[in-house]
Amino acid sequence: MNNEDDLNPSAKAELADQGFSESDLGNHGYSATAEVTQIRARRSFRENIWRGLRSAPPTALFGLTVISLYVFFALFAPLLAPYGEAEIFDMSYAPWSDEFMFGTDQLGRDILSRMIYGARNTVGIAFVTTMFAFVIGGGLGITAAINNGGWLDNLLSRSVDVLMAIPSLIFALILLSMFGANTINLIMIIAVLDSTRVFRIARAVSLNVVVMDYVEAARLRGEKLAWILTREILPNIMPPLVAEFGLRFCFVFLTIAALSFLGVGIQPPTADWGSMVRETAGLIQFAEYDLTAAMTPMLPAAAIALLTVAVNFVVDWFLHKSSGLKD
Amino acid sequence: MSDDRKGTKGDILLEMRDIVIDGYSDDRWHEIVKGVDITLRRGEIMGLIGESGAGKSTLGLAAMGFARPGCRITSGSIVFDGIDLVKATEAERRALRGSRIAYVAQSAAASFNPAHQLIEQTVEATVRKGIKPEDEAKADARKLYRELQLPNPDLIGERFPHQVSGGQLQRVMTAMAMSPRPDLIIFDEPTTALDVTTQVEVLAAMRRIVEQYNTAAIYITHDLAVVAQMADVIKVLRYGETIEDADTRTMLSHPEKEYTKSLWSVRSIEKPEEVSEDVILKVDHVDASYTGSAKVLDDVTIEVPRGHTVAIVGESGSGKSTTARAITGLLPPSKGQILFNGTALPPTLKERSIDQLQKIQMIYQMADTAMNPRQTVRDIIGRPLEFYLGLRGAERDRRLLELVEMIELNESFIDRLPAELSGGQKQRICIARALAASPDLIICDEVTSALDQIVQKGILELLLRLQRELGLTYIFITHDIATVKAISDQIVVMFQGRVVEQGMKSEILSPPYPDYTKLLLSSVPEMDPDWLTGLLAQREKEASASP
Repeated sequence: MNNEDDLNPSAKAELADQGFSESDLGNHGYSATAEVTQIRARRSFRENIWRGLRSAPPTALFGLTVISLYVFFALFAPLLAPYGEAEIFDMSYAPWSDEFMFGTDQLGRDILSRMIYGARNTVGIAFVTTMFAFVIGGGLGITAAINNGGWLDNLLSRSVDVLMAIPSLIFALILLSMFGANTINLIMIIAVLDSTRVFRIARAVSLNVVVMDYVEAARLRGEKLAWILTREILPNIMPPLVAEFGLRFCFVFLTIAALSFLGVGIQPPTADWGSMVRETAGLIQFAEYDLTAAMTPMLPAAAIALLTVAVNFVVDWFLHKSSGLKD
Repeated sequence: MSDDRKGTKGDILLEMRDIVIDGYSDDRWHEIVKGVDITLRRGEIMGLIGESGAGKSTLGLAAMGFARPGCRITSGSIVFDGIDLVKATEAERRALRGSRIAYVAQSAAASFNPAHQLIEQTVEATVRKGIKPEDEAKADARKLYRELQLPNPDLIGERFPHQVSGGQLQRVMTAMAMSPRPDLIIFDEPTTALDVTTQVEVLAAMRRIVEQYNTAAIYITHDLAVVAQMADVIKVLRYGETIEDADTRTMLSHPEKEYTKSLWSVRSIEKPEEVSEDVILKVDHVDASYTGSAKVLDDVTIEVPRGHTVAIVGESGSGKSTTARAITGLLPPSKGQILFNGTALPPTLKERSIDQLQKIQMIYQMADTAMNPRQTVRDIIGRPLEFYLGLRGAERDRRLLELVEMIELNESFIDRLPAELSGGQKQRICIARALAASPDLIICDEVTSALDQIVQKGILELLLRLQRELGLTYIFITHDIATVKAISDQIVVMFQGRVVEQGMKSEILSPPYPDYTKLLLSSVPEMDPDWLTGLLAQREKEASASP
């Protein structure tokens, strides 16, 4: 504590520099407003973002650029795609050409258009699912931490242990076959399964915060659980949660792609990268005759890989920033 | 190997000339230390004293040629025994650190590696620098433990940091610093985190060992009474500049600068005690324990008169803070009850009404952790106004400003975050938060113990003024007798969960004392360089006299 205090000359200290005598600073050279402090410059939100970006490493800038491109494509898919998502032409497995940039699939649908719509579906569903996972897991995790050691904490923690004991992909497959493979079920099932991981991390980081005196002060004031959770604890555990959000998003995204690849994820005719890989996978065998055709299944796979890498770059940067490490 | 190197007492060991150190914050370099000179002779102890932000720790580290990350030594020369540390390469400086210059940090608990045994850490630098082989270094460490009067010196080194007390850990760290037999040790607030009774033992041990090996030392602290026991010469710093330089006796008897005089001003507050029969709070035969373990409170009865101050004193673990937790409802008593304004308070927090919660407020020791770092002063003080009084919008802001002015701060503080406040200002905001609820009773848990003397005085005067103006009742938990003298009407002395003595201030602070009260009173450092010597001699005499 003392270590930081020494760093900071305040405005008053600078006044003293400029030749103000002790008597200007109060009778005994002491006044409460003149204590040495460090005041951060007030900056607008936009200035803060700009400062953050300027100091970001190239990997993070790369990641941010890629993510913005994906978001851009997802938002404006109907405007950017040359053809409709489910529009069928009478040329299945057409080669790459001016008409169909990346050819067509087994039913004669334009690959490029489906790639662009796929950004919207796969990324959008993964995002919504991750949000749900965080609301459920985060809310319950912090509640468990506040109730540390009580019956509610034990109930929640043990239930989570049970859910985590079952391999999640297999569990998701079972549940999807039980409830039917539609988008709502897909979102809810993956959200609940993934919320167990969020629960663990939210509980662990909240435990460090609930012991703080300011949380005790809020309890003494008579505050309800909702206030303590959202106002006292949540703002103080945001950095690790945001970082976890990035990573979790990647996992959810991969899980959805994997489930689609297995045929129980996003259902046709909705375009989605996981099922696109499966549908065109056979083309790989033709690599010695037509290299571009063999690359077709690689495109959605590469789209998945690129986004995962980009998100991880950004998360790494964010973690580095919020941990306060200086190199 | 060291004896020929030591040279004779009185040779100049360290000479720092016109040191300027910059710190980097908010995209700018600021001067933290502005041209300070230090001359230290062999075997001499220099006290560096000043409030937080005076640049004393930064200067202490500079004596090793070291600048913390975010700081840089911009000009000046640092000559240690003929070696210019500013011009030397990092490798040369590193060779000196941990062998000829050692450092004792403020928080021993945070500085030890919890995964290694104490003795391994004590000899690590000595062995790695090749000063002594491991066996010899360990044997020497045990000898140092004995000289530092650690209990069980042959075995204590086998323990891990969490297995010994804070005072013992601080002494082990002194042994660590002493292990390579350095020429210079820098002590950075080594006793600030300790109880008075422990502090005395640690100070005595440090002083003895430094004298015995004729080591020079720089002793950094904000407590003038402590430095008076340790130092031969004292340098007072403020805002990175030297205020006054003198040998200890001259400094204490004839301080020249107004600022120096103000440094021990907390001891000058006097409050006449008042007797009152009107009881606002009664802790009635209360027992309490944490989940099933031994009783932490044992039949505690305390009466608190309205509009007055009751100080609860005792060392750590005596049950002072637990009493506060029982009163606030955080720890329901297992027996007995708590009467507030004549009616029994429900034992648990949940059962108490908003009105009951509003009337008893609490101020914490560490203002840092008592405020949510993500909330501005407006949110922190505004919340109780909304919550208890239902004030909104302009009405709330008006009251907010009133409160901020009441604690002697101004409008410019309202939109700051806690990190942008100094220690004293933080504690003032915590006081304002308690006041915002319009309470009858405020429990102050060690509210001044983490602060500099001069800031303490400001806070205590503020609390006294508020009491006069608003008729507040305080329960003041502390281990600092000077604070007790300054603020209380009645005193309760606690020891191991029991009340050992209670009564008016004048009764408690005059003889005859029970044993424990006496120990507590005699352990408070006084502004007299011979105080420690005298105290130790007296305690030794009494120890040998008793069978």
